[in-house]
Amino acid sequence: MPPEKVAPLMTLETTVNGRPVSLPIEPRAILLDVLRDRLDLTGTKRSCDSQVCGACTVLLDGTPVSACCTLAYEAGGREIETIEGLAGPNGLHPIQQAFVDTDAIQCGFCTPGFVLTTKALLAENPRPTRAAIEDYLGGNLCRCTGYWNILDAVEDAAEKLAAVSPHPQPPLPSSRERGLNGPRLSGPRGPS
Amino acid sequence: MTATDTEVRARTAIGHDAPRVDAVAKVTGAGQFAGDLKLHGMAYGRLLRSPYAHARIVGIDTNRAAALPGVIAVMTGDDVPAADPYYGHALKDRPILAIDRVRFAGEPVVAVAAEDPAIADEAVTLIDIIYEEMPTAVTIAAALADDAPHLHDVVNVRAGLFHGLGEIHLEPGNVCYHHAFARGDMDAVFAAADVVIAGEYTFPAVYQYSLEPHTTIAQWTGADDLTVWSSCQHPFLVRAELADLYALPVGAVRVVVPYLGGGFGSKSYTKMEPITSALARVAGRPVRIANSIDEAMVTTRRHGMKAFMRTAATRDGRLLAREVRAWFDTGAYADNGPRVVATGADAAPGPYRWEAVRVDAWGVYTNTSPAGSYRAFGASHLQWCGELQVDEIGRRCGLDALQMRERNLLSRGESVRPGGKPLDADLIGDIRKVAASLNWESPKPAGIVGRGMSVGLLAAGAHPVSTAAVRMEADGGVVLLVSSTEVGQGARTVFGQIVAEELALPLDRVRVLGGDTRVTPYDRSTGASRSTTIAGLAVQRAAADVRAQILAIGARLFDLPETALEIRAASVWHEGESVPYRDVLKAHFGMVGGELIGHGEVRPEKGSGSYAEGPVFWEVCIGGAEVVVDPETGRVTVTKAVSVADVGKAINPRLVEAQEMGGAMQGIGNALHEEMLFDETGTLLNATLYEYHVPTIADMPHTFASNIVENEDGPGPYGAKGVGEGALAGVAAAIATALADAGVIIDELPATPERVWRALRMHDDRNDEDSTGSAANERATGGAASWG
Repeated sequence: MPPEKVAPLMTLETTVNGRPVSLPIEPRAILLDVLRDRLDLTGTKRSCDSQVCGACTVLLDGTPVSACCTLAYEAGGREIETIEGLAGPNGLHPIQQAFVDTDAIQCGFCTPGFVLTTKALLAENPRPTRAAIEDYLGGNLCRCTGYWNILDAVEDAAEKLAAVSPHPQPPLPSSRERGLNGPRLSGPRGPS
Repeated sequence: MTATDTEVRARTAIGHDAPRVDAVAKVTGAGQFAGDLKLHGMAYGRLLRSPYAHARIVGIDTNRAAALPGVIAVMTGDDVPAADPYYGHALKDRPILAIDRVRFAGEPVVAVAAEDPAIADEAVTLIDIIYEEMPTAVTIAAALADDAPHLHDVVNVRAGLFHGLGEIHLEPGNVCYHHAFARGDMDAVFAAADVVIAGEYTFPAVYQYSLEPHTTIAQWTGADDLTVWSSCQHPFLVRAELADLYALPVGAVRVVVPYLGGGFGSKSYTKMEPITSALARVAGRPVRIANSIDEAMVTTRRHGMKAFMRTAATRDGRLLAREVRAWFDTGAYADNGPRVVATGADAAPGPYRWEAVRVDAWGVYTNTSPAGSYRAFGASHLQWCGELQVDEIGRRCGLDALQMRERNLLSRGESVRPGGKPLDADLIGDIRKVAASLNWESPKPAGIVGRGMSVGLLAAGAHPVSTAAVRMEADGGVVLLVSSTEVGQGARTVFGQIVAEELALPLDRVRVLGGDTRVTPYDRSTGASRSTTIAGLAVQRAAADVRAQILAIGARLFDLPETALEIRAASVWHEGESVPYRDVLKAHFGMVGGELIGHGEVRPEKGSGSYAEGPVFWEVCIGGAEVVVDPETGRVTVTKAVSVADVGKAINPRLVEAQEMGGAMQGIGNALHEEMLFDETGTLLNATLYEYHVPTIADMPHTFASNIVENEDGPGPYGAKGVGEGALAGVAAAIATALADAGVIIDELPATPERVWRALRMHDDRNDEDSTGSAANERATGGAASWG
């Protein structure tokens, strides 16, 4: 049996969608597995397992990270936000509503990742240009929509959020400064 | 109710952009996909796959894996507990797990079930297999060579349950299917033609890439009751194949389909269900097998293709004859290859008026991963080749692309293929819309800029068999039972709108179930753009059945003939007086309970509904593109993409447009980026999304124009016909013709920067020694005309 199988369990103390969580985990546990299999938060989707597609995006202290390539222990002492944390008692979060209103959803598998990445983008940059949106969402793949409606959704979300909070908070430090997994991928990748 | 009633009544629920009924579930993460389900006692399966493209299995030692704590079962090809260890809906050529021999790199050889995924991962590393490598045939040319190793004993291969494409007569070798037709005197027409264009073309193997990789859970209850939850598009065809494999009655097998995270053909027919159900049977536990992306890539793909095509025309641009020979690389197992070959061949002439045509298409086994369905299969393979030749003839004859098509396209009612359905669309009207969206007559911007259009037809609808049931509950609300898979296309929304329309209900009173073969009625499949047209018609008929029942009860309540009654706003009305549905049911059953059940059925209206007699409708594959080429790098930027959705009636226009957008995006990927690269050993070189580039948000043109054409000329509800595939083939081919317009003659897709750069240099060379059309000039638009 390889050594990691007998490594002692560690305790993950973290906050998920505002609720404290204390969980024994293996040191090698991946955040995506802990969210999906231990906490039954299956809205975070598994696809590429290699930080290319963005389907497993969650926010860690507001920063989008790929949960498939993040060790669960890295979330210790921090705040994790998943798609399940967005809607409140009064209904959908404005970003979610924007995705519904603009028909930016087809199969829905990429949707949670896009919504959370959009949340981080709009926290940094409440009025992004189209170019800024394309840059920020370059690490999220969608195979259904052609992205056009997703671009509309982000712009619609920016308007909805501005209407809710006309004086936005100062932007958070950029994800690139705080990212756990290095710079997010953006733009074309691979041979093209 | 009669059809006339529907026509005269004002339509309130269809024809507008109802929001998707599943949008909130999906945007909150509540919507469940197969991988989100967890069964009590569920074990996790993992497959050990072959590293070799062709090898004999000399020995397998699973002892160390079986001894690992937490391992529940280890299964090899010898242990598969099926009555028939071979499956395949078209040809039964594929073992559930490799038997004695592997035929592609990635073929499953051993399956392990364990208490958790990490143990299963570890267990497969403890399995020792001795292989003896065999000669490979990795390419079509290698597979057709005289000394090629034969992958299968094709002469004795058995037809699968859904071959559906006629008798199989095969010579020994690697051809698993041959589809051919000819009419007219080809040789005479070519000999007399003023202009002949010939070329050879290469189309790549492409990965469908649904974000959700194939995921299946299987659970046996005793030895004769199997339930499978699977990311599958065609639950009833999966059920039939599983019943066949285990020699069970079809009712003993239940296939349940949650939301699908994309399909695009990759989840059509049977994929991971045989292996998962076999492993669950051996394990005595429910088992889940979830593919990773690299496994999904070798589970199914689009056929690569080599083709030779030549087209003859008069000097004034009248098309005369076309000859096509095409070889489709179906990989190690046929999967849906025969149908892809047949539809590809049928689409090869293009929708033009020919004096003579001859098409031969072959499905060829190679030692690569199996190829099956991918959105717009058939049309995608040869439309771009044919359209390049039409434009080249136009250039020789002084006609532009629009003029060539106006002169030569078939008109409504003309024969597309003998014995099949005549053309049911206005193609010239459609192509003029493409031209308008491209500002066809306007001067092009500076630089290397091209504009292109393309048009083709795709045999759509598959076999026209669907059923549906509408249950009106005691509160007057409705549960719709229909088995079309919600794969993102919006089937549940459109079906809900149809029921709302027929029963005068608000959409939120209609609940649409997903497919569950033990609960929801039979539907042949979700693909071939058939759901709205065929399943939708069954839904409409089921709702109409309930409507008739309501009116019959209402007639008793009002003591009036049914013709004196109408339904609106969830009530039965006579003049100013109304009874809500719930009171209609209460009067009928004498209690707050009971339900009205409506049944809807679609089956072939005449004949058997066979492929040869079809299709149900011709899907118009039409697109336009404007491209800019960077002469230094060869990089192509699509600045504008155009589609025309010739849908008869748009039940939900926004969903129609969404289908066009997705199709166009995949067309851009197919035309410019996507290509599975196998090396000479048959290993897939770009098995990750880092190396296999699917379009990102930055690859999209800033302008996309979709035109929705509603001539109410389809066979579906309200004159609808399907949508979803045409834009892929249409836009991909339009990018190829736009490149040619810019002077970049491409004979191999995708049009990568390197290929474009080389083609630009060829163009410069060609301009130095140009020749114009004469009776003798048979000249390749690509390489020399000798292939095959």
